[in-house]
Amino acid sequence: MNQVKNVLACAFVAAALAPAAALAQQSVKIGFVTFLSGPAAAPFGVPAKNAVEFVTDELNAGKGPGAYKTKGFGGAAIEPVIIDEAGSSTTQVTEFRNLVQRHNVDLVIGYVSSGNCLAIAPVAEELKKLTNFFDCGTPRIFEDNDYKYVFRTSPTATMDSVGAALYVKEMKPNVKSIAGINQNYAWGQDSWGDFEAAMKQLVPNIEVKTSQMPKLFAGQYNAEISALLSAGADVIHSSFFDGDLEALILQGGPRGLMKRSMTILTTGETAMHKLPAQIPDGTVLGARGPFGPYAPDNQYNKWYSQGYQKRFKEMPNYASYQMVQAILGVKLAWEKAQAANGGKRPTNEQVGVALENMTFEGPGGTVRMANGKGHQAVMETVYGQTQRKGGKLTMVNVRRYPAEKVNPPASMKAADWIKSGFKSN
Amino acid sequence: MNQILAVLADGIIYSAWLFIAAVGLTLIYGVMKIVNVTHGSFYALGAYAGVSLTGAWIARGLPVEWSYAVLVVGALAVTLVVAPLIERGILRFMYARDEVVILLITYALFLILEDTIKLIWGVNPYFAAEPYALLGSFEVAGLPYPTYNLILVALAVVSGGGLAWMLQATRVGKLLVSVIHDPEVSRAMGINVGRYYLFTFTFGSLLAALGGSFTSPTVSVVPGLGVEVIVLSFAVVVIGGLGSLPGAALGALIVGIVRSICVHHAPHLELFVIYFVMAMVLAFRPRGLFSLAEPRKI
Repeated sequence: MNQVKNVLACAFVAAALAPAAALAQQSVKIGFVTFLSGPAAAPFGVPAKNAVEFVTDELNAGKGPGAYKTKGFGGAAIEPVIIDEAGSSTTQVTEFRNLVQRHNVDLVIGYVSSGNCLAIAPVAEELKKLTNFFDCGTPRIFEDNDYKYVFRTSPTATMDSVGAALYVKEMKPNVKSIAGINQNYAWGQDSWGDFEAAMKQLVPNIEVKTSQMPKLFAGQYNAEISALLSAGADVIHSSFFDGDLEALILQGGPRGLMKRSMTILTTGETAMHKLPAQIPDGTVLGARGPFGPYAPDNQYNKWYSQGYQKRFKEMPNYASYQMVQAILGVKLAWEKAQAANGGKRPTNEQVGVALENMTFEGPGGTVRMANGKGHQAVMETVYGQTQRKGGKLTMVNVRRYPAEKVNPPASMKAADWIKSGFKSN
Repeated sequence: MNQILAVLADGIIYSAWLFIAAVGLTLIYGVMKIVNVTHGSFYALGAYAGVSLTGAWIARGLPVEWSYAVLVVGALAVTLVVAPLIERGILRFMYARDEVVILLITYALFLILEDTIKLIWGVNPYFAAEPYALLGSFEVAGLPYPTYNLILVALAVVSGGGLAWMLQATRVGKLLVSVIHDPEVSRAMGINVGRYYLFTFTFGSLLAALGGSFTSPTVSVVPGLGVEVIVLSFAVVVIGGLGSLPGAALGALIVGIVRSICVHHAPHLELFVIYFVMAMVLAFRPRGLFSLAEPRKI
C-alpha cells in the first residue's frame, strides 16, 4: 500500500513540475552578475541591474528597437537570474559554478571587477559556458590567453587611458607635467601606467610630478590633495571610481584642485549625475566609451535612455549602457546562430561562433568584436569638459577618438602598442 | 619649511579624524574588555543619520549654519536608540563569556547592522556637502584647507580632553576607573557596574557616531563605510595600547604624521606604512606603547 502511495506522490510531483520544466526549456536562462552590495553597487551594480530589468522586460514584450525587435532571444523569453558580485574572487568562482551547475543557466553576463573577470574566464572555459564580461577593464584577459567561451562586448581600460592622453595633448598642446591619483590595485595601477606611457609617447619630455596611489576605498584624501596641489602639475589624471571618485570631488573641489590643474577623471561620468553642483567647470570627464552624455543620437540610445529615465527617474550611466550592450550583442549572436541552426535552439558553441568578429549597433554606437581573436570589443571613445549652463552640468569641448586610434591592433598587446608609439603593426 | 608645514597640517587633520573614530573603541575595551567590531557600524550609522538629517534640513531651506548642530543631533539620535538596545538586549548576557566569543558576537552584530543600513537607506550614495565648504578655507604653506577641518581637530581635542577630564576629575569618572580596575570589587562596594557598562558602551558608540556624522559632508555615504574605519581604528588602538586614552591619541598622531610624510615624499609606500608602524611597535612593545601592567589575579 505504501509503495502505491509513493508512486502516486512521485507522479503528482512530476505532473506539477512538468509545466515548469517545459517553460524552462522554452526560456533562455541568463545569469547576471553585478554588485548589489558594497561600494561598487551604487555607481555600477544597481544601474546595471536596472538595465537588466528594463531590457529583459522590453525584449520579452517584443518592444526592442531596430535589429532587436524579435521577442526575447529568438522568440524565447529571457529568464534572468541576478546575483551579487560582492565578495572575493574565490566566492565569485563558487557562485559562477552555482549558476552553471545548479541554476543551469544558458549563459552568463556580468562582472565589474577586473580581478573577478580574470578568475572567472578559465572557469567559464572549463565548464564550457558562454560568458560575456560587460564592464571590467583589464586588457590582460585576452592578451594572456585564448578563450572559446569567453567574450567582452565593452572596450578595455587601455582605450580610456590612451583617449585621455590624446585629449590632454589636443586641449593643452603645451603640457609639460602630469600627476596622478589612482587606487592602489590592478585597475588604478594599469590605468595610470597606460596614461603615463601614452603621455610619454605624445610629449617625450613630459615631467611626472607625483603619482599618488591611495588604498582602495580609503575615503580621506586631504594629504593626497595637498601633495597634488604642491606638485602644481599641468594635468592630473585619475581613474578613481565609486565613493572614492565622489570623495575626491567633494574634498578636492573646495580646495581648488580642479581649477589649479586640468583634472581628467576617466570614469567621471558616474559622478556627474550625483554631484552636478560639486564638479567644477573645466573638469574633464570620461565615460569609458561613447556612453551617457556622449552616446550617439541613434534609435537604440533614444529607446534606452528615454525608457530608462521614464522607469527609474534618473539618467542611465555608462555601466548601465555597457550592460545593455552586452545583452544586445549576445541576443543578436543567439539569433544569428539560431537561424544558421535551422531555427532550432543554438548551442553555446554556435552562439560563440556567431559572436566572434561580429559587428553590431547599440545605444553607444558601433561595437566591433575585433580584438582577442574576435572576442574583445573595440569602440570609439569620447572626452569632454564640464560647464554649468543655467544651473545644469553640460559637456563642452567634446572630442571623439575613433576605435583604431585608441585601441591596439588585434596582433599587439596594449603596453607594446603604446610603447611603439601607437603603430598599427 | 613649507613642505614640513604641509606635512604637519595633513598629518594632524588625518590624526584628528582617526582619533575621533578610535577613541570610543579604546574606551569600551578599557572598561568592558570588549573588542567591539560594532564600533564600525556606529560610525556608519552616524554618517547615515548625519547626512540624512542635514540633507533634510538644507532641503527645507533652513539655515545652513545650523547644520553642524544637526550633525550632532543625528549622531545622538541614532546612538541613543541603538547602543542601549545592543548593550541591554544582547551584550549584558555575554559578559561572563570568553573575550573571543564576545568579539565574534560584535562581529555578527556588525554584519546585521550593515544589512540593516542597506534595508533602511538602500545602496545608493548620500551626500550633504554644504557644511564642508560653508566656512571657507585657510592657508597653510600656500595650500588652501577647508576651515571645516578645524572642526574635526576641535572635536578630537574636545572628545579626548573631555574624556580625560571626566575620568580624572569627576565622581562618575572615578567610579568608572574603579570598574576598569576590578568590576567584582566595584560591585561589592555598591557600584552599579551594569549601569556603567551601559553608559560606557553608549558613550563610546556616540564618539564613533560623531566621527561618522562629521565625516559625512566630506565623503559619499555608501554601504561598507564602517569597514575601512574599524580596521584603521584597531591599528591605532593596538599601536597605542588597548584601553589607553593617551595611547589612542599618540597612536593616531603617529599614524597620521607617518602617513602624511609618505604621501608627500614616498606615495608608493603609503599603502603599507600604517601596518608597518603597527608591526614595529608590536615587535618591541607587544601590548602597545601605553599598555598598562596587568595585575595578576589569583
